[in-house]
Amino acid sequence: MWVALSYACWGISIVLALWMLYDWFKVDTTFSEEVLTSSREGELEATSEKHRI
Amino acid sequence: MTIALEPAAPAVQGDRVSLLRVLGPAHVWALGVGIVLVGEFTGWNFSADKGGALAALIVCWVVGLLYTSVAMIDSEVTSTVAAAGGQYAQAKHIVGPLMAFNVALFLVFAYTMLEVSDAILLGDTIVAKAGVEGLTHNSFIAATIVVLAWLNYRGVLMTLNVNFVITAIAYISIVILFFSVSPWTQGAVLKLNELVTPGNALPYGWIGVIAAFQFGIWYYLGIEGTTQAAEEVRSPARSLPYGTMAGMITLLIAAAMTWYVCASLMPWEYLGITYYPLWDAGKLTGSALLENLLFVATLLAALASANGCINDAARAWFSLGRDRYLPTWFSAVHPKYRTPYRSILFLLPIALAFAFIADLNQAITFSILSGVLQYTFMSINIIMFRKKWPLGSIRRGYTHPFHPIPAMVLFCLCVVTFFAIFLGFGSQLIAMVAFYFLISLWFHFYRYKFVRRGDQFTMPWPKPQGY
Repeated sequence: MWVALSYACWGISIVLALWMLYDWFKVDTTFSEEVLTSSREGELEATSEKHRI
Repeated sequence: MTIALEPAAPAVQGDRVSLLRVLGPAHVWALGVGIVLVGEFTGWNFSADKGGALAALIVCWVVGLLYTSVAMIDSEVTSTVAAAGGQYAQAKHIVGPLMAFNVALFLVFAYTMLEVSDAILLGDTIVAKAGVEGLTHNSFIAATIVVLAWLNYRGVLMTLNVNFVITAIAYISIVILFFSVSPWTQGAVLKLNELVTPGNALPYGWIGVIAAFQFGIWYYLGIEGTTQAAEEVRSPARSLPYGTMAGMITLLIAAAMTWYVCASLMPWEYLGITYYPLWDAGKLTGSALLENLLFVATLLAALASANGCINDAARAWFSLGRDRYLPTWFSAVHPKYRTPYRSILFLLPIALAFAFIADLNQAITFSILSGVLQYTFMSINIIMFRKKWPLGSIRRGYTHPFHPIPAMVLFCLCVVTFFAIFLGFGSQLIAMVAFYFLISLWFHFYRYKFVRRGDQFTMPWPKPQGY
Protein backbone atom coordinates (compact mmCIF):
# COMPACT_ATOMS: atom_id res chain seq x y z
CA MET A 1 0.00 0.00 0.00
CA TRP A 2 2.79 2.43 0.92
CA VAL A 3 4.66 1.78 -2.31
CA ALA A 4 1.46 2.38 -4.29
CA LEU A 5 0.95 5.60 -2.33
CA SER A 6 4.50 6.62 -3.22
CA TYR A 7 3.79 6.13 -6.95
CA ALA A 8 0.50 8.03 -6.58
CA CYS A 9 2.42 10.94 -5.02
CA TRP A 10 4.78 11.08 -8.00
CA GLY A 11 1.80 10.98 -10.35
CA ILE A 12 -0.10 13.76 -8.59
CA SER A 13 3.03 15.90 -8.41
CA ILE A 14 3.70 15.57 -12.13
CA VAL A 15 0.09 16.25 -13.14
CA LEU A 16 -0.23 19.35 -10.95
CA ALA A 17 3.19 20.68 -11.97
CA LEU A 18 2.24 20.30 -15.64
CA TRP A 19 -1.11 21.98 -15.03
CA MET A 20 0.59 24.96 -13.38
CA LEU A 21 3.07 25.25 -16.26
CA TYR A 22 0.20 25.12 -18.77
CA ASP A 23 -1.80 27.74 -16.89
CA TRP A 24 1.28 29.94 -16.55
CA PHE A 25 1.86 29.76 -20.32
CA LYS A 26 -1.82 30.45 -21.03
CA VAL A 27 -1.97 33.50 -18.75
CA ASP A 28 1.30 34.96 -19.98
CA THR A 29 0.20 34.67 -23.61
CA THR A 30 -3.33 36.00 -22.98
CA PHE A 31 -2.63 39.11 -20.89
CA SER A 32 -0.12 41.88 -21.44
CA GLU A 33 2.84 42.26 -19.12
CA GLU A 34 1.58 45.72 -18.12
CA VAL A 35 -1.68 44.27 -16.83
CA LEU A 36 -0.09 41.33 -15.04
CA THR A 37 2.43 43.52 -13.21
CA SER A 38 0.02 46.37 -12.52
CA SER A 39 -0.43 45.72 -8.78
CA ARG A 40 0.66 48.64 -6.60
CA GLU A 41 1.46 48.58 -2.91
CA GLY A 42 -0.76 50.71 -0.70
CA GLU A 43 -3.32 51.29 -3.42
CA LEU A 44 -6.18 49.78 -1.43
CA GLU A 45 -5.02 51.34 1.81
CA ALA A 46 -5.08 54.75 0.19
CA THR A 47 -8.45 54.35 -1.48
CA SER A 48 -10.57 52.16 0.77
CA GLU A 49 -9.27 53.18 4.17
CA LYS A 50 -8.92 56.92 4.28
CA HIS A 51 -6.06 57.76 6.56
CA ARG A 52 -7.45 59.95 9.32
CA ILE A 53 -6.49 60.25 12.96
CA MET B 1 -15.23 30.09 10.47
CA THR B 2 -16.83 28.81 7.30
CA ILE B 3 -15.40 27.23 4.23
CA ALA B 4 -16.16 29.68 1.48
CA LEU B 5 -15.58 29.62 -2.21
CA GLU B 6 -13.41 32.26 -3.82
CA PRO B 7 -15.70 35.23 -4.41
CA ALA B 8 -16.55 35.95 -7.98
CA ALA B 9 -14.44 38.88 -9.01
CA PRO B 10 -13.85 40.36 -12.40
CA ALA B 11 -10.69 38.98 -13.95
CA VAL B 12 -9.20 42.39 -14.51
CA GLN B 13 -10.55 45.54 -12.92
CA GLY B 14 -9.83 48.38 -15.28
CA ASP B 15 -6.18 48.07 -16.18
CA ARG B 16 -5.11 46.80 -12.78
CA VAL B 17 -4.83 43.35 -11.23
CA SER B 18 -4.18 43.19 -7.51
CA LEU B 19 -4.26 40.68 -4.67
CA LEU B 20 -7.73 39.92 -3.29
CA ARG B 21 -8.87 41.28 0.07
CA VAL B 22 -10.86 38.28 1.26
CA LEU B 23 -9.30 37.16 4.56
CA GLY B 24 -10.50 37.59 8.14
CA PRO B 25 -8.95 37.16 11.61
CA ALA B 26 -9.45 33.36 11.52
CA HIS B 27 -7.33 33.15 8.39
CA VAL B 28 -4.64 35.26 10.03
CA TRP B 29 -4.70 32.86 13.00
CA ALA B 30 -4.55 29.87 10.62
CA LEU B 31 -1.59 31.35 8.79
CA GLY B 32 0.43 32.13 11.95
CA VAL B 33 -0.42 29.08 14.05
CA GLY B 34 -0.33 26.84 10.98
CA ILE B 35 3.27 27.80 10.27
CA VAL B 36 4.33 27.37 13.90
CA LEU B 37 2.46 24.37 15.26
CA VAL B 38 4.76 21.84 13.60
CA GLY B 39 7.39 23.05 16.09
CA GLU B 40 5.45 21.33 18.89
CA PHE B 41 5.50 18.07 16.92
CA THR B 42 9.24 18.23 16.31
CA GLY B 43 12.05 20.70 16.93
CA TRP B 44 11.46 22.12 20.41
CA ASN B 45 12.53 18.84 22.00
CA PHE B 46 16.12 19.19 20.76
CA SER B 47 16.46 21.88 23.42
CA ALA B 48 16.25 19.04 25.97
CA ASP B 49 19.36 17.53 24.38
CA LYS B 50 21.16 20.85 24.80
CA GLY B 51 20.23 21.48 28.42
CA GLY B 52 17.87 18.85 29.87
CA ALA B 53 14.09 18.76 30.36
CA LEU B 54 13.98 21.73 32.71
CA ALA B 55 15.99 23.82 30.23
CA ALA B 56 13.35 23.00 27.60
CA LEU B 57 10.68 24.37 29.95
CA ILE B 58 12.69 27.49 30.84
CA VAL B 59 13.21 28.34 27.17
CA CYS B 60 9.53 27.59 26.49
CA TRP B 61 8.61 30.55 28.73
CA VAL B 62 11.58 32.83 28.00
CA VAL B 63 11.36 32.37 24.23
CA GLY B 64 7.61 32.79 24.70
CA LEU B 65 8.44 36.23 26.05
CA LEU B 66 10.57 36.92 22.96
CA TYR B 67 7.72 35.97 20.65
CA THR B 68 5.10 37.83 22.67
CA SER B 69 7.26 40.92 22.10
CA VAL B 70 7.48 40.02 18.40
CA ALA B 71 3.70 39.62 18.16
CA MET B 72 2.97 42.91 19.95
CA ILE B 73 5.52 44.91 17.95
CA ASP B 74 4.44 43.32 14.68
CA SER B 75 0.79 43.96 15.40
CA GLU B 76 1.35 47.66 15.94
CA VAL B 77 3.53 48.27 12.89
CA THR B 78 1.62 46.01 10.51
CA SER B 79 -1.75 47.41 11.48
CA THR B 80 -0.31 50.65 10.10
CA VAL B 81 1.81 49.38 7.18
CA ALA B 82 -0.75 47.05 5.62
CA ALA B 83 1.10 45.71 2.60
CA ALA B 84 2.20 42.34 1.25
CA GLY B 85 5.77 41.65 2.26
CA GLY B 86 5.00 42.36 5.93
CA GLN B 87 8.26 43.22 7.68
CA TYR B 88 9.81 44.10 4.30
CA ALA B 89 7.26 46.88 3.75
CA GLN B 90 7.78 48.01 7.36
CA ALA B 91 11.56 48.18 6.92
CA LYS B 92 11.23 50.07 3.64
CA HIS B 93 9.11 52.82 5.16
CA ILE B 94 10.78 53.04 8.55
CA VAL B 95 14.48 52.19 8.14
CA GLY B 96 15.35 52.30 4.43
CA PRO B 97 15.77 50.30 1.22
CA LEU B 98 18.92 48.36 2.11
CA MET B 99 17.40 47.13 5.37
CA ALA B 100 14.19 46.28 3.51
CA PHE B 101 16.06 44.24 0.92
CA ASN B 102 17.81 42.27 3.65
CA VAL B 103 14.60 41.75 5.62
CA ALA B 104 12.84 40.40 2.51
CA LEU B 105 15.67 37.93 2.02
CA PHE B 106 15.46 36.91 5.70
CA LEU B 107 11.77 36.24 5.13
CA VAL B 108 12.20 34.28 1.92
CA PHE B 109 14.99 32.13 3.34
CA ALA B 110 13.29 31.59 6.70
CA TYR B 111 10.02 30.46 5.11
CA THR B 112 11.47 28.49 2.21
CA MET B 113 13.83 26.58 4.48
CA LEU B 114 11.01 25.97 6.95
CA GLU B 115 8.88 24.66 4.07
CA VAL B 116 11.77 22.35 3.11
CA SER B 117 12.07 21.14 6.72
CA ASP B 118 8.33 20.48 6.88
CA ALA B 119 8.36 18.46 3.67
CA ILE B 120 11.34 16.39 4.85
CA LEU B 121 9.63 15.81 8.20
CA LEU B 122 6.42 14.71 6.50
CA GLY B 123 8.29 12.33 4.19
CA ASP B 124 10.36 10.87 7.02
CA THR B 125 7.28 10.41 9.22
CA ILE B 126 5.46 8.44 6.53
CA VAL B 127 8.55 6.30 5.85
CA ALA B 128 8.94 5.64 9.61
CA LYS B 129 5.28 4.63 9.88
CA ALA B 130 5.40 2.43 6.76
CA GLY B 131 8.55 0.53 7.76
CA VAL B 132 8.87 -0.76 4.19
CA GLU B 133 12.31 -1.74 2.93
CA GLY B 134 13.48 0.53 0.10
CA LEU B 135 10.72 3.13 0.48
CA THR B 136 12.23 6.64 0.34
CA HIS B 137 10.78 9.98 1.33
CA ASN B 138 11.31 11.67 -2.07
CA SER B 139 7.83 11.07 -3.51
CA PHE B 140 6.13 12.36 -0.35
CA ILE B 141 8.36 15.44 -0.30
CA ALA B 142 7.58 16.17 -3.97
CA ALA B 143 3.83 15.73 -3.44
CA THR B 144 3.84 17.97 -0.35
CA ILE B 145 5.62 20.84 -2.07
CA VAL B 146 3.86 20.59 -5.44
CA VAL B 147 0.31 20.07 -4.12
CA LEU B 148 0.64 22.96 -1.67
CA ALA B 149 2.17 25.20 -4.35
CA TRP B 150 -0.82 24.35 -6.55
CA LEU B 151 -3.21 25.22 -3.73
CA ASN B 152 -1.44 28.55 -3.22
CA TYR B 153 -1.49 29.16 -6.98
CA ARG B 154 -5.26 28.67 -7.08
CA GLY B 155 -6.15 31.29 -4.46
CA VAL B 156 -5.40 32.55 -0.99
CA LEU B 157 -8.88 32.05 0.47
CA MET B 158 -9.05 28.30 -0.10
CA THR B 159 -5.37 27.97 0.89
CA LEU B 160 -6.00 29.48 4.31
CA ASN B 161 -9.38 27.77 4.74
CA VAL B 162 -7.54 24.48 4.35
CA ASN B 163 -4.87 25.70 6.76
CA PHE B 164 -7.50 26.59 9.34
CA VAL B 165 -9.04 23.13 9.26
CA ILE B 166 -5.81 21.11 9.37
CA THR B 167 -4.22 23.38 11.98
CA ALA B 168 -7.30 23.09 14.18
CA ILE B 169 -7.24 19.27 13.92
CA ALA B 170 -3.52 19.16 14.81
CA TYR B 171 -4.07 21.52 17.74
CA ILE B 172 -7.06 19.58 19.04
CA SER B 173 -4.97 16.39 18.94
CA ILE B 174 -2.54 17.96 21.44
CA VAL B 175 -5.46 18.90 23.69
CA ILE B 176 -6.90 15.35 23.41
CA LEU B 177 -3.51 13.84 24.26
CA PHE B 178 -3.15 16.18 27.25
CA PHE B 179 -6.51 15.26 28.76
CA SER B 180 -6.13 11.55 27.92
CA VAL B 181 -3.13 11.12 30.21
CA SER B 182 -4.87 12.45 33.35
CA PRO B 183 -2.61 15.50 33.70
CA TRP B 184 -3.99 16.22 37.18
CA THR B 185 -2.67 12.88 38.51
CA GLN B 186 1.02 12.10 38.62
CA GLY B 187 1.90 8.40 38.69
CA ALA B 188 -1.06 7.00 36.74
CA VAL B 189 0.39 7.65 33.28
CA LEU B 190 2.66 10.64 33.73
CA LYS B 191 5.85 10.31 35.76
CA LEU B 192 7.32 13.79 35.87
CA ASN B 193 8.60 13.36 39.43
CA GLU B 194 10.66 10.34 38.41
CA LEU B 195 11.87 11.62 35.03
CA VAL B 196 12.79 15.18 36.01
CA THR B 197 14.67 15.17 39.31
CA PRO B 198 16.93 17.76 40.97
CA GLY B 199 19.84 15.57 39.83
CA ASN B 200 19.05 15.55 36.09
CA ALA B 201 16.86 18.64 35.57
CA LEU B 202 19.78 20.76 34.31
CA PRO B 203 22.52 18.25 33.40
CA TYR B 204 24.78 20.91 31.84
CA GLY B 205 23.94 23.73 34.23
CA TRP B 206 22.90 27.20 33.08
CA ILE B 207 25.09 27.16 29.97
CA GLY B 208 22.83 24.30 28.85
CA VAL B 209 19.84 26.60 29.27
CA ILE B 210 21.53 29.20 27.05
CA ALA B 211 22.36 26.53 24.46
CA ALA B 212 18.72 25.36 24.55
CA PHE B 213 17.57 28.73 23.15
CA GLN B 214 18.60 27.58 19.69
CA PHE B 215 15.84 24.99 19.54
CA GLY B 216 13.48 26.72 21.97
CA ILE B 217 12.77 29.04 19.03
CA TRP B 218 10.83 26.13 17.48
CA TYR B 219 8.01 26.48 19.96
CA TYR B 220 6.91 29.66 18.17
CA LEU B 221 9.01 30.11 14.99
CA GLY B 222 6.95 31.77 12.27
CA ILE B 223 4.11 33.50 14.16
CA GLU B 224 5.31 36.76 12.64
CA GLY B 225 4.26 35.31 9.26
CA THR B 226 0.75 36.65 9.85
CA THR B 227 1.88 40.03 8.54
CA GLN B 228 2.39 38.67 5.03
CA ALA B 229 -1.39 38.55 4.68
CA ALA B 230 -1.67 42.29 5.29
CA GLU B 231 -2.68 43.13 1.73
CA GLU B 232 -5.26 40.35 1.56
CA VAL B 233 -7.20 40.82 4.81
CA ARG B 234 -10.43 42.77 4.67
CA SER B 235 -9.59 44.92 7.68
CA PRO B 236 -5.86 44.87 8.41
CA ALA B 237 -6.04 47.26 11.35
CA ARG B 238 -8.41 44.88 13.17
CA SER B 239 -7.69 41.42 11.79
CA LEU B 240 -3.91 41.40 12.01
CA PRO B 241 -3.48 42.30 15.70
CA TYR B 242 -6.44 40.11 16.67
CA GLY B 243 -5.28 37.07 14.66
CA THR B 244 -1.64 37.42 15.69
CA MET B 245 -2.26 37.86 19.41
CA ALA B 246 -4.85 35.05 19.45
CA GLY B 247 -2.31 32.86 17.67
CA MET B 248 0.37 33.65 20.23
CA ILE B 249 -1.94 32.80 23.15
CA THR B 250 -2.89 29.54 21.41
CA LEU B 251 0.76 28.63 20.96
CA LEU B 252 1.76 29.41 24.54
CA ILE B 253 -0.93 26.99 25.74
CA ALA B 254 0.10 24.31 23.19
CA ALA B 255 3.79 24.65 24.09
CA ALA B 256 3.13 24.27 27.82
CA MET B 257 0.87 21.22 27.31
CA THR B 258 3.38 19.62 24.92
CA TRP B 259 6.31 20.02 27.31
CA TYR B 260 4.33 18.73 30.28
CA VAL B 261 3.12 15.57 28.54
CA CYS B 262 6.41 14.75 26.79
CA ALA B 263 8.68 15.47 29.78
CA SER B 264 6.39 13.30 31.92
CA LEU B 265 6.57 10.34 29.55
CA MET B 266 10.15 10.29 28.22
CA PRO B 267 13.57 10.65 29.83
CA TRP B 268 15.36 13.80 28.66
CA GLU B 269 18.10 11.77 26.96
CA TYR B 270 15.50 10.29 24.57
CA LEU B 271 13.29 13.38 24.37
CA GLY B 272 16.29 15.40 23.16
CA ILE B 273 17.02 13.20 20.16
CA THR B 274 13.68 11.88 18.90
CA TYR B 275 12.21 13.44 15.77
CA TYR B 276 8.64 12.74 16.89
CA PRO B 277 8.11 13.72 20.54
CA LEU B 278 4.31 13.96 20.39
CA TRP B 279 3.88 10.87 18.23
CA ASP B 280 6.16 8.99 20.65
CA ALA B 281 4.10 10.34 23.55
CA GLY B 282 1.00 8.92 21.87
CA LYS B 283 2.73 5.54 21.55
CA LEU B 284 3.84 5.59 25.19
CA THR B 285 0.29 6.00 26.42
CA GLY B 286 -0.38 2.50 25.07
CA SER B 287 -3.44 3.66 23.15
CA ALA B 288 -3.49 2.76 19.45
CA LEU B 289 -6.07 5.50 18.89
CA LEU B 290 -3.82 8.17 20.38
CA GLU B 291 -0.80 6.83 18.49
CA ASN B 292 -2.60 7.05 15.16
CA LEU B 293 -4.14 10.42 16.02
CA LEU B 294 -0.71 11.89 16.80
CA PHE B 295 0.76 10.35 13.63
CA VAL B 296 -1.92 12.03 11.51
CA ALA B 297 -1.59 15.26 13.49
CA THR B 298 2.19 15.31 12.84
CA LEU B 299 1.52 15.06 9.12
CA LEU B 300 -1.19 17.75 9.22
CA ALA B 301 1.02 20.12 11.24
CA ALA B 302 3.83 19.71 8.70
CA LEU B 303 1.39 20.32 5.85
CA ALA B 304 -0.09 23.43 7.48
CA SER B 305 3.36 24.83 8.12
CA ALA B 306 4.61 24.23 4.58
CA ASN B 307 1.37 25.69 3.20
CA GLY B 308 1.76 28.91 5.19
CA CYS B 309 5.44 29.13 4.31
CA ILE B 310 4.73 28.95 0.55
CA ASN B 311 2.15 31.72 1.00
CA ASP B 312 4.56 33.96 2.92
CA ALA B 313 7.75 33.38 0.93
CA ALA B 314 5.91 34.08 -2.33
CA ARG B 315 4.49 37.38 -1.02
CA ALA B 316 7.90 38.58 0.18
CA TRP B 317 9.46 37.70 -3.20
CA PHE B 318 6.52 39.30 -5.04
CA SER B 319 6.96 42.53 -3.05
CA LEU B 320 10.64 42.72 -3.99
CA GLY B 321 9.66 42.48 -7.65
CA ARG B 322 6.92 45.09 -7.31
CA ASP B 323 9.40 47.65 -5.99
CA ARG B 324 12.00 46.69 -8.62
CA TYR B 325 14.39 45.41 -5.96
CA LEU B 326 14.26 42.32 -8.19
CA PRO B 327 13.03 42.16 -11.80
CA THR B 328 9.40 43.33 -12.05
CA TRP B 329 8.59 40.02 -13.76
CA PHE B 330 8.15 38.54 -10.27
CA SER B 331 5.43 41.02 -9.38
CA ALA B 332 2.82 39.51 -11.72
CA VAL B 333 -0.59 38.74 -10.23
CA HIS B 334 -2.73 35.98 -11.71
CA PRO B 335 -5.73 37.71 -13.34
CA LYS B 336 -8.16 34.94 -12.34
CA TYR B 337 -6.85 33.59 -9.02
CA ARG B 338 -5.30 36.90 -7.89
CA THR B 339 -2.16 35.30 -6.48
CA PRO B 340 1.54 36.11 -7.06
CA TYR B 341 1.75 33.08 -9.34
CA ARG B 342 5.19 33.69 -10.84
CA SER B 343 6.77 34.03 -7.39
CA ILE B 344 5.06 30.81 -6.27
CA LEU B 345 6.32 28.97 -9.35
CA PHE B 346 9.84 30.44 -9.09
CA LEU B 347 10.28 29.31 -5.48
CA LEU B 348 8.81 25.84 -6.14
CA PRO B 349 11.89 24.22 -7.78
CA ILE B 350 14.19 25.92 -5.26
CA ALA B 351 12.27 24.32 -2.38
CA LEU B 352 12.29 20.97 -4.16
CA ALA B 353 16.04 21.14 -4.79
CA PHE B 354 16.83 21.96 -1.15
CA ALA B 355 14.43 19.26 0.07
CA PHE B 356 16.19 16.62 -2.02
CA ILE B 357 19.80 17.64 -1.27
CA ALA B 358 19.75 19.23 2.22
CA ASP B 359 19.29 17.39 5.48
CA LEU B 360 16.77 18.42 8.12
CA ASN B 361 19.31 19.97 10.50
CA GLN B 362 20.84 22.24 7.84
CA ALA B 363 17.44 23.41 6.63
CA ILE B 364 16.23 24.08 10.18
CA THR B 365 19.37 26.02 11.11
CA PHE B 366 19.14 28.15 7.97
CA SER B 367 15.52 28.93 8.80
CA ILE B 368 16.17 29.76 12.46
CA LEU B 369 19.13 32.02 11.63
CA SER B 370 17.12 34.03 9.11
CA GLY B 371 14.26 34.27 11.61
CA VAL B 372 16.43 35.58 14.45
CA LEU B 373 18.07 38.13 12.15
CA GLN B 374 14.57 39.33 11.35
CA TYR B 375 13.56 39.59 15.02
CA THR B 376 16.68 41.62 15.77
CA PHE B 377 15.64 44.04 13.04
CA MET B 378 12.14 44.27 14.53
CA SER B 379 13.43 45.48 17.89
CA ILE B 380 15.30 48.34 16.20
CA ASN B 381 12.44 48.98 13.79
CA ILE B 382 9.84 49.68 16.48
CA ILE B 383 12.13 52.12 18.29
CA MET B 384 12.61 54.06 15.03
CA PHE B 385 8.89 53.83 14.22
CA ARG B 386 7.83 55.36 17.54
CA LYS B 387 10.53 58.02 17.25
CA LYS B 388 9.70 59.07 13.68
CA TRP B 389 5.92 58.78 14.04
CA PRO B 390 5.03 59.18 17.74
CA LEU B 391 1.64 58.16 19.10
CA GLY B 392 -1.03 60.50 17.76
CA SER B 393 0.84 61.40 14.57
CA ILE B 394 -0.60 58.50 12.49
CA ARG B 395 -3.51 56.11 12.89
CA ARG B 396 -2.58 52.78 14.46
CA GLY B 397 -4.84 49.73 14.53
CA TYR B 398 -3.12 48.57 17.70
CA THR B 399 -0.70 50.23 20.13
CA HIS B 400 1.49 47.86 22.09
CA PRO B 401 1.97 48.58 25.81
CA PHE B 402 5.09 49.28 27.89
CA HIS B 403 7.19 50.62 24.99
CA PRO B 404 10.24 50.35 24.84
CA ILE B 405 10.43 47.39 27.24
CA PRO B 406 9.22 44.75 24.68
CA ALA B 407 11.77 46.04 22.14
CA MET B 408 14.59 45.86 24.69
CA VAL B 409 13.54 42.39 25.84
CA LEU B 410 13.37 41.24 22.24
CA PHE B 411 16.82 42.61 21.41
CA CYS B 412 18.45 41.05 24.50
CA LEU B 413 16.86 37.65 23.87
CA CYS B 414 17.97 37.78 20.21
CA VAL B 415 21.56 38.36 21.36
CA VAL B 416 21.31 35.33 23.69
CA THR B 417 19.86 33.25 20.85
CA PHE B 418 22.67 34.26 18.48
CA PHE B 419 25.16 33.15 21.14
CA ALA B 420 23.30 29.84 21.48
CA ILE B 421 23.36 29.32 17.71
CA PHE B 422 27.06 30.20 17.67
CA LEU B 423 27.67 27.46 20.23
CA GLY B 424 25.96 24.86 18.05
CA PHE B 425 26.33 26.11 14.47
CA GLY B 426 29.04 28.80 14.54
CA SER B 427 30.33 28.21 11.01
CA GLN B 428 26.80 28.38 9.50
CA LEU B 429 26.13 31.62 11.41
CA ILE B 430 29.30 33.23 10.07
CA ALA B 431 28.65 31.95 6.52
CA MET B 432 25.14 33.31 6.56
CA VAL B 433 26.12 36.75 7.85
CA ALA B 434 28.83 36.87 5.13
CA PHE B 435 26.18 35.95 2.53
CA TYR B 436 23.89 38.78 3.61
CA PHE B 437 26.84 41.21 3.63
CA LEU B 438 27.83 40.31 0.05
CA ILE B 439 24.25 40.41 -1.25
CA SER B 440 23.85 43.83 0.39
CA LEU B 441 26.90 45.09 -1.55
CA TRP B 442 25.31 43.77 -4.77
CA PHE B 443 22.07 45.55 -3.97
CA HIS B 444 23.71 48.84 -3.02
CA PHE B 445 26.17 49.10 -5.91
CA TYR B 446 24.22 47.40 -8.70
CA ARG B 447 20.53 46.72 -8.19
CA TYR B 448 19.34 49.87 -6.45
CA LYS B 449 19.83 51.98 -9.59
CA PHE B 450 16.84 50.16 -11.13
CA VAL B 451 14.54 51.13 -8.27
CA ARG B 452 12.10 54.02 -8.78
CA ARG B 453 12.93 55.74 -5.54
CA GLY B 454 9.83 57.86 -5.09
CA ASP B 455 7.38 55.09 -6.02
CA GLN B 456 8.46 52.64 -3.33
CA PHE B 457 7.15 54.74 -0.40
CA THR B 458 3.40 54.28 -0.60
CA MET B 459 1.95 54.93 2.85
CA PRO B 460 0.03 58.20 3.11
CA TRP B 461 1.83 59.32 6.25
CA PRO B 462 2.98 62.76 7.33
CA LYS B 463 6.69 63.54 7.23
CA PRO B 464 8.58 61.79 10.02
CA GLN B 465 9.73 63.87 12.96
CA GLY B 466 13.17 65.37 12.41
CA TYR B 467 12.89 65.36 8.60
